[in-house]
Amino acid sequence: MSEWAGRLDNPLSARLRDPGFTGYAGLVLGVFAAFLAIPPIEARTTTWPIVVGIVAVALGIWTVTRGRQRLGWGAVVSGLLGIGLGILATRSGTSNLEAVFNASLVAQTFAFSTPLVFGAIAGMFSERSGVVNIGLEGMMLMGAFWGVYGADKGGSWVVGLIVGMATGGVLALVYAYFAIHLRADQIVGGTAVNFLALGITGYFFFQLYHGQYVRTGVSTIPNVNIPFVKDWKFLGPAVGGLNLMIWLSFVLVIVSYVVLFKTPIGLRIRACGEHPRAADTVGINVYLVRYGAVVLSGLLAAAGGVYLSDGFAGGTFNDNMTEGRGFIALAAMIFGNWRPAGAFGAAVLFGLSSAVALRLQVYSASASTLFNVLPYVLTLIAVAGVIGRTVAPAADGKPYVRQ
Amino acid sequence: MSEIDPETSAPESPEEAAQSGTLAASIALKQRAGGLVVPVLTALLAFMIGGLVVLATGHNPLLAYRDIFNGAGLNWVFHPTTSVVNTSAYNLSQTLLQTTTLILCGLAVAFAFRCGMFNIGGQGQYFVGLYVANWLGVSFAGMSPLPHILLAVGGATLAGALWAGIAGFLKATVGAHEVISTIMLNWIAIWLGEWLFGDGGPLQNTANKTVPISGDVADSAKLPVFWGEKELQGLHVGFFVAIAALVVFWAILNRTTLGYEVRAVGFNPEAAAYGGINVPKNLMRAMAISGAFAGLAGGLDMLGYLYHFGVSDIPANSVGFLGIAVALLGRNTAVGTGLGALLFGALLFGTTHGLSSNVIAPELAGNLTYIIQGLIVLFVGADVLILYIWNTRRKLKPRARARATEAAA
Repeated sequence: MSEWAGRLDNPLSARLRDPGFTGYAGLVLGVFAAFLAIPPIEARTTTWPIVVGIVAVALGIWTVTRGRQRLGWGAVVSGLLGIGLGILATRSGTSNLEAVFNASLVAQTFAFSTPLVFGAIAGMFSERSGVVNIGLEGMMLMGAFWGVYGADKGGSWVVGLIVGMATGGVLALVYAYFAIHLRADQIVGGTAVNFLALGITGYFFFQLYHGQYVRTGVSTIPNVNIPFVKDWKFLGPAVGGLNLMIWLSFVLVIVSYVVLFKTPIGLRIRACGEHPRAADTVGINVYLVRYGAVVLSGLLAAAGGVYLSDGFAGGTFNDNMTEGRGFIALAAMIFGNWRPAGAFGAAVLFGLSSAVALRLQVYSASASTLFNVLPYVLTLIAVAGVIGRTVAPAADGKPYVRQ
Repeated sequence: MSEIDPETSAPESPEEAAQSGTLAASIALKQRAGGLVVPVLTALLAFMIGGLVVLATGHNPLLAYRDIFNGAGLNWVFHPTTSVVNTSAYNLSQTLLQTTTLILCGLAVAFAFRCGMFNIGGQGQYFVGLYVANWLGVSFAGMSPLPHILLAVGGATLAGALWAGIAGFLKATVGAHEVISTIMLNWIAIWLGEWLFGDGGPLQNTANKTVPISGDVADSAKLPVFWGEKELQGLHVGFFVAIAALVVFWAILNRTTLGYEVRAVGFNPEAAAYGGINVPKNLMRAMAISGAFAGLAGGLDMLGYLYHFGVSDIPANSVGFLGIAVALLGRNTAVGTGLGALLFGALLFGTTHGLSSNVIAPELAGNLTYIIQGLIVLFVGADVLILYIWNTRRKLKPRARARATEAAA
C-alpha cells in the first residue's frame, strides 16, 4: 500500500523509478537472448545468448529487490530460458534452424495470430461491457462458413466479409438477448452459442455444398503487396505480402485502444463492465451499451472467421473449421488482461507458437505438440496468478437488473 | 434448494440481493412445483425450431424425426426382443451405450453445479480417463480380469478427479475462475492425447508405428457385454455402473454431510463459511468428485467398447460437452440427468450411425443434434424465459377455467 501512496504523492518521479520498466526490459531481453541464435541474426557461438540472458536475469533480480516480485521472477525465468534455448539452437544444424526460423515464420505468425487478434479484441469489448463471451468460437465459426458462402454466391470477398460478419452479429444479438434481457447464465448461453454455430454451419455446409469443398476460384481476401518492401532481404518475405485482414487486425488493435480508453463511448463501455448501477445512475443506458458491445463482439469475431476461411485457407471451409481458435482468442484476451495491446501481444505469441508447431511437425511430433499446447498452459498459469494476476472487469458475467 | 448457479447470479448490493433472492427462490419453488414441465417444454421448443430448419431446407421434419426415433432404436418398445439381430434392438443397445457415457458426463457437470461451479471441462476429464484406462488396459496384460478391470476403471476415475482437481485447487487457493481453467484443461487434455497416441508417442500401438492409434486394451481388461456381441460393440456392464452412479450422486448430495456442505456452499458460500463449513475444501472436493464421474465415463468407454483410440478420434468426440446439455436439461438432479442422457443418447446414435433414412442424410441429422443441443442449452439457461412460460401457463389456466364455466353456464 505504501508503494501506491508514494506514487500518489509524486506521480512523475514514481513512474521514473518504477521497477516495472526494468522487469519488462528483462523479459524482453530474455526473449532476445533466444532470438539471437536463430535466423536472421543466427549467432553461431553460445556467448551472445549467455551474455544477453545474464543481463536479463540481472534486471530481473534488481526488479525483485525493488518489490515487483512476480515481474522480476518472470524476467529471471525469461533470461534463463533464453540462455537455454539459445544454447540449444546453436547446437542444432543451421539448415534445420533455417527451415523452422526464417522470414516467412513472421508472415505465418501473423497469419495464425490474426483470427486470434480479431477474436480477442471481440471478446474484450463484450467483457469490458460486463458480458462474458464464451461464444467467440461459435461466432467465429459462423463468420468462417457464411463468409466463404457470401464470397462464393456474391462473387466478391467484400460480400463475403459483410455476410460473414452479419451472421456473427446476428448470433451475437441472439446471445445478447438471452444474456442481457432474459438474464440467462452467460457461460451457459455462450456454450449454447458454440453448439448452435457448430450445428448451423455443419448443417448448411452439407445442405449447400454436400460437405465437399467450396468450388475453386472463390473470390478471396487479397494480399497487400508493398512494392519496395517486397524486395528487401528479410522484411520482404516477412511483411511484404501480408493479407489485407492482417493489416486490418493491426489497425483494429490501435482503434480499439483509442475507442476503449480515449473516447466517451469507451468510458461508457468500461463503466457498464465495472459498475453498471453507477453507470445507470449517471444516465448511461446499460442495456443498450451491452447490446452494442456484444453485437460488435460478434461482428469482429466473425471477421476473424472470414479471414480464416476466405483468407488463410484460400476460400474453403470444413466442419468445425475454427478448431478451438475462439477459445485461444479468449485465452489471449485473458492473458492480455482485457487490454487491446496485451491481447494483441498474447495473440501474436500464441500465433507464433502455432506457426512453430506447424514447422516442427516434420522434425519432431512431440515438440510440435508442446508448442500447440503452450497457449493453454500459459493461460492456465496466468489465471493461477503466477505471472502477474489477471483482473477481469468487476461486473463481468453479472446480469444487470434495472431498477 | 435452488437449482440455478448461485455464483453467477450473485447479488452485488443488498437491494439486488433481496430481489434476486426472491427470484431464485421463486424459480426453485416453481421448479419443484413444475417438475417435468419446464424441461419438457424446453426440449419440445428446441425440437420444433430444429424442425423448422429441416423444413426450410426442404425436408419433411416429421418424417425426419420419425427416422431418427427409429434410428435410435426407440421403436423397440413396440416389438421388444433381446436379439440384436433385430435392427431396433441393436440400435437401442447402441443408444444405451451412449446413454451410459452421457449419464456420467452429465453427473460431472451437475455435481459441480450443485456446488455453485460450472465444470465446462467434462471433455478433458473424460479424455484423461480414457487415456489412463487405455494405458492400464494395454499394460498389465497378464492380470486376471476382475483386478485388471478394477485397476483400469479406478485409475481412470482417479485421473478424471485429479484433472478436475487442478481447476478446483486453483479456484480454492487463488480464486482462478473454474470456467477458464477447465476450458484450458480441456485443450491441454486434447493435445495430450495427440501426443500420447501420435507418432512416437508413449501410448501409440507397437504393431504399426506409422498409424497414430493406441494399442488395443487386453482381453482381461475388457468389460463383460450383456446385450449383443463384444465384436459388434455390444452393451457392456458399465451401463449398470452409470445407473448406480445416479443413485450414488443422489445419495451423496442428499444423504451425506459432504453433500450437505457441497449444497450449502453452492447455495451461498458466505453463509456456508459463516456456518463453519470449509468453503475451499468443499470447492476442491466437489470439483474432484465431478471430475471422477467424467473420468469414470472415459474409463468405461475405453474398456467397454472402444478398446483403442486414435488421434483422429479426438476432435470427433464431444460427449463431455453434451454432458452440459444433459445436466442442464435434467436440472442437475439424478433422475433428470438420467432422462436427459437417454434423450441425448438417442439423438447421438439415432442421427448418425443408426439413421437409415431417405428423408434426411446422417450428415444433416448429426448437425441437427448440435442445433437442438444448442437450443436446449440456450433455453434452459434463461431463467426469465422459464418463468415467463410458467406464468403464461398459470395465467392461461384460470382463463381456461373461466371459459369452461362460461360454457357450462
